[in-house]
Amino acid sequence: MNHLDLLTFARGSALNWALMLFVAGVILRLFEIFSLGRKADLAVPRTEPPGSGMRTVFTRTLPPRGMLKREPVTYISGYVFHTGLFLVIFFLAPHIELFRDLTGLHWPALPTALIDAAVVAAMVALLAQLANRIASPVKRMLSTIGDYVAWAATFLPLLTGYMAFHHLLLEYTLMLALHIFSVELLLVLLPFTKLFHAFSLFVSRWYNGDWFARKGVAS
Amino acid sequence: MSATLEKGINSFKEVIDAPIASYFSSCVHCGLCADACLFYNETGEEKYTPIHKVEPLRRVWKQEYTLFGKLGKMLGLSKPVTDAELAEWEPLVYDSCTLCGRCSMVCPVGNDITYMIRKMREGMSASGHAPEDMIAATTRAVNIGSPMGVKWPAVQAQIKHVQAETGIEVPVEKEGVDYLVLMSSMEIINFPEYLSALCRIFKQTGVSWTLAQDAFEATNSGIQIGASDLAREIVSRIVVAAERLKVKCVISPECGHAFTALRWEGPNLMGKPYSFDVKHILEVLDELHKAGKLKTQGKDKRALTYHDPCQITRRGGVVEQPRRLLGEVAADFREMPDAGVMNWCCGGGGGVSANTRAEPLRLQAFKVKKRQLEASGASTLVTACANCRIVLEEGLEHYHMNIPVVGLTEVIAEHLVEGE
Repeated sequence: MNHLDLLTFARGSALNWALMLFVAGVILRLFEIFSLGRKADLAVPRTEPPGSGMRTVFTRTLPPRGMLKREPVTYISGYVFHTGLFLVIFFLAPHIELFRDLTGLHWPALPTALIDAAVVAAMVALLAQLANRIASPVKRMLSTIGDYVAWAATFLPLLTGYMAFHHLLLEYTLMLALHIFSVELLLVLLPFTKLFHAFSLFVSRWYNGDWFARKGVAS
Repeated sequence: MSATLEKGINSFKEVIDAPIASYFSSCVHCGLCADACLFYNETGEEKYTPIHKVEPLRRVWKQEYTLFGKLGKMLGLSKPVTDAELAEWEPLVYDSCTLCGRCSMVCPVGNDITYMIRKMREGMSASGHAPEDMIAATTRAVNIGSPMGVKWPAVQAQIKHVQAETGIEVPVEKEGVDYLVLMSSMEIINFPEYLSALCRIFKQTGVSWTLAQDAFEATNSGIQIGASDLAREIVSRIVVAAERLKVKCVISPECGHAFTALRWEGPNLMGKPYSFDVKHILEVLDELHKAGKLKTQGKDKRALTYHDPCQITRRGGVVEQPRRLLGEVAADFREMPDAGVMNWCCGGGGGVSANTRAEPLRLQAFKVKKRQLEASGASTLVTACANCRIVLEEGLEHYHMNIPVVGLTEVIAEHLVEGE
């Protein structure tokens, strides 16, 4: 199998399988959560809930008062990483092409130089997070093998994408194939690792906001 | 009722609902909850990280309610939760958590960890891993009627004393009145000034109220230890009395967890909505004040600050009322840093103050309260929870701080317009 065959496989059946497992995994995990249900709250709420869960979905993105100062590495690296990842996934021209192929939808790309900087920043942020995870006693205690697997599965697509884009180290076709494989690995792992927070955090934040709002507190 | 590991695990399985499953699914192990926890903050020991306290519950969730967890369990790859492990977790779940709810406010993915610990305690107590002192308090609450063993004659003695002091008759077993007044054991034993203050306030405002012989105790050890069946029994006494006396509203006293038990958990424990309202005393006073019935005169010259009881404020939504009330009577009111919904716990909530084993840790955790108080420069501390009050008094004494602690209801009663 030459590099082109490999790339064809990565773009073709491998991607289809990965997407299928990803979608099935996300549906399964959401089903596992929602099928447990929750009992209706019979206490009279202070504020009628509609909207309050949704508000917390957004407000939890910001650090509570005083927390940024206490944990600057966690917050700043978190913002830089998530922003960089979001920009490169959705606003790099070749990625938009892929989305157009898959869904027919498309939108304007951002300048390559900006995306490039965002990716470098995201990788630096991930490295900082890894160092912080190992150095901080709390994070180290909480960490399992799953945390490091999730870290690697997130880092690899950024690294291989960057290297493919800049024609570094390996022949472009091969590097691009590796990049796509790494993304496929990420897609397959996402539903079954902590990376699933990409979906479940909207659910958790909603429940949290709903619970607190019933008590009359904006959380 | 014999406690076994099997019952505990079954109880874990029962309490896990969609919110808890979403919380465990969302945790990214960032550890930010540790920063919100007074026990972690004041000791620096990572085992006090809130999400770590629910680790056995997480494993039960994974093994029972996720595909890969179930597969792992079938193949014998996962570590089952054991008695020894729950014994190890007991101090984390009870001694070092006051259910204060700060962690639930900071978790970036929105996990309500306090909710999880409250639920986890159901399995801990069912498996026989609750602190001895809390078991004893709960047993007294169920058998005698109060966690501190207070019986009606003790209340009668206080009534007599209060009537002599105020010259106002304390109504007992009156039907069809506006309010059924409850107290906490702590108020009956240590703070008779609460009942006396209520007598004077209700006389001035002209509202009708009553005490009930079989439902005077508002506290509920059942929700602290995590035994919903017992919590239901304790709360049902109040529900029965309120229905019998046909009151419009039950007033939860200056007690934090009593408010949570009665206002928020009660209808769910009973399995039906109440036929009456439940309000915290501060809500009632604020309403009476707004209606122009509660009139005060004069200002307290002392530098006052207010300690927000967690269950009243962060977990109960009574935030502005105490500030409006204090605004009427305080000449020099000062807020502590982080006051309001992010206030730091006194360290004795959630049953911790009833647990003598936890005392050294509680006093260590009190250092954050000490710093808050020092930053405010206040000379008198006002609060609205008798348990906070006793815990604050002990902490202040331990750290040789000469700051009196008073209940907000009494402060208001001291400034009533006379002759009305």
